[in-house]
Amino acid sequence: MEGAHDMGGVAWSGPVLPEPDEPMFHAEWERRAFAITLAMAMPGGWNIDMSRFARENRPPQDYLSKSYYQIWLAGLEQLMLERGLVTADEIEAGKPLHPTKPVARTLSPDGVAAMLHRGGPTQREATSPALFAVGDRVRTRMIHPPTHTRLPRYVRGHVGVVELLHGVHVFPDGNALGQENPQWLYTVTFDGRQLWGPDGDASVRTSVDAWESYLEPA
Amino acid sequence: MTGHDHDHHHHHHDHDHSELSETELRVRALETILTEKGYVDPAALDVLIETYETRVGPRNGARVVARAWSDPAFRARLLKDATPAIAELGYAGRQGEHIVAVENTPRLHHMVVCTLCSCYPWPVLGLPPVWYKSAPYRSKAVKDPRGVLADFGFELPDDTEIRVWDSTAEIRYFVLPMRPAGTEGWSEQRLADLVTRDSMIGTGLPKQPHEVA
Repeated sequence: MEGAHDMGGVAWSGPVLPEPDEPMFHAEWERRAFAITLAMAMPGGWNIDMSRFARENRPPQDYLSKSYYQIWLAGLEQLMLERGLVTADEIEAGKPLHPTKPVARTLSPDGVAAMLHRGGPTQREATSPALFAVGDRVRTRMIHPPTHTRLPRYVRGHVGVVELLHGVHVFPDGNALGQENPQWLYTVTFDGRQLWGPDGDASVRTSVDAWESYLEPA
Repeated sequence: MTGHDHDHHHHHHDHDHSELSETELRVRALETILTEKGYVDPAALDVLIETYETRVGPRNGARVVARAWSDPAFRARLLKDATPAIAELGYAGRQGEHIVAVENTPRLHHMVVCTLCSCYPWPVLGLPPVWYKSAPYRSKAVKDPRGVLADFGFELPDDTEIRVWDSTAEIRYFVLPMRPAGTEGWSEQRLADLVTRDSMIGTGLPKQPHEVA
C-alpha cells in the first residue's frame, strides 16, 4: 500500500539529525514496548509481514505523528485486536475483562536466546529456475497494491540491472495475507539519473531487493 | 515520524511530555493485561531487553571488521557469503538471517538504508538508532546520499561512486569500511576500537589512529 511509510525520495523531511552517544532506548516504556512486541509474536502467531502491514496501514497524519515505538505499539494492538487476544474495552480499562484466549505457545525466559538465534530465515527450496540472471536489464512493474508490498514507489516503472541473485525467498505481499508464495529474489540496481532525472546524482547507484513478480524483462 | 523526548522539537515539549506519559501508561497497562492473561512472562521481557542493551550491538560488528582487516582468508569468506563468516564469531539470528557484506574502496562508498521501515543487521549492529528510522534519512539516502553525508559532517571526493542499498527484503547489508592508514601491525582488539557503528552503515568513517590514543 502507498502509505506514509514509503519515504524514498520525498522532499519534505529535512536534515538527518544524528544523536551523539545515543542510548539503545530513550525511555523505560520503549524497552517494554520493544520486548512485548517481540514476545507477543509467539502466542500471536503473526509473521513479520503481517506486523509490518499493521504498522504502515494507518493514515499519514497518524504514522507521521507517532514515534517509532509508538508505531510498534499501535501495530501490536491492531494485531491483537484482530485476533481477539485483547479487546478495546480491556485496553481502555487497563486490565483484563474477558477470559484468556487459548494460545499455542508463549515465550519463556529460558526460550529467549533460542528464539533470537533461530530468527526467521526466509529462504526456501527453489522449485523452478530463475527467470533473470545477473547482468540482465529488468523493469520494475508499475503496481499499486492496496495491501502490503515491498516495492517502493520511487523505483516503480524504472529500468535497472540485476546485480545479485539471492535464491528463493518468502514473498512479503503474500506472506502478509498468510501465503508464503516463495519467489526468486534479486538485487536490482538503478542509476541515479534513471531514478531522479536530471536532478539525480550521476555518481550514485541505488538498489532494492525485488522479488521476481515485481520485475519484467527490459 | 517524530523523534522522541530528546529531539529538537522544543516548541512541542509540553505536548510531547503529556503524550509520552499517556504512552507510558498505555504500555504499562498493556503489559499488565498480557501478563495476567498469561500471554507474556515479564521475566522473558527482561531477558529480551538485557540482550539488546548489553550483548548485541555495534561492538559485534566492529569485531567482524577488525577480523576482516587482519585475516585475508576471513575477509574473502565474509565478502563471498557473510552469514556463515559472521557466525564464526558467534553472531547470528534474528534480523541477520541473510547478511551480505559490501566493501568500501577509494572509488566506491556503500551506504545502507531501509526506506520502508527500519531493516538493519541486528546481530552485528544491534537495534537501529533513531536517525536511521527517521523520515529524513529514509527519504534522502536514496536520492541525495551526499546530502546525508553532509548532515553527518563529512564529504567524499566527487569521483567516488556512492552505492546505496535499500533493504527492502530480509537481506541485511553490512559495510566493510576501509582500514585506516597507520595501523600496520595492530591487534584485532585495537583495530576494533577504530570501527564506529556509522562506518558499518556507510554514514561515517572509522576513527583515525590518533583518535583512540
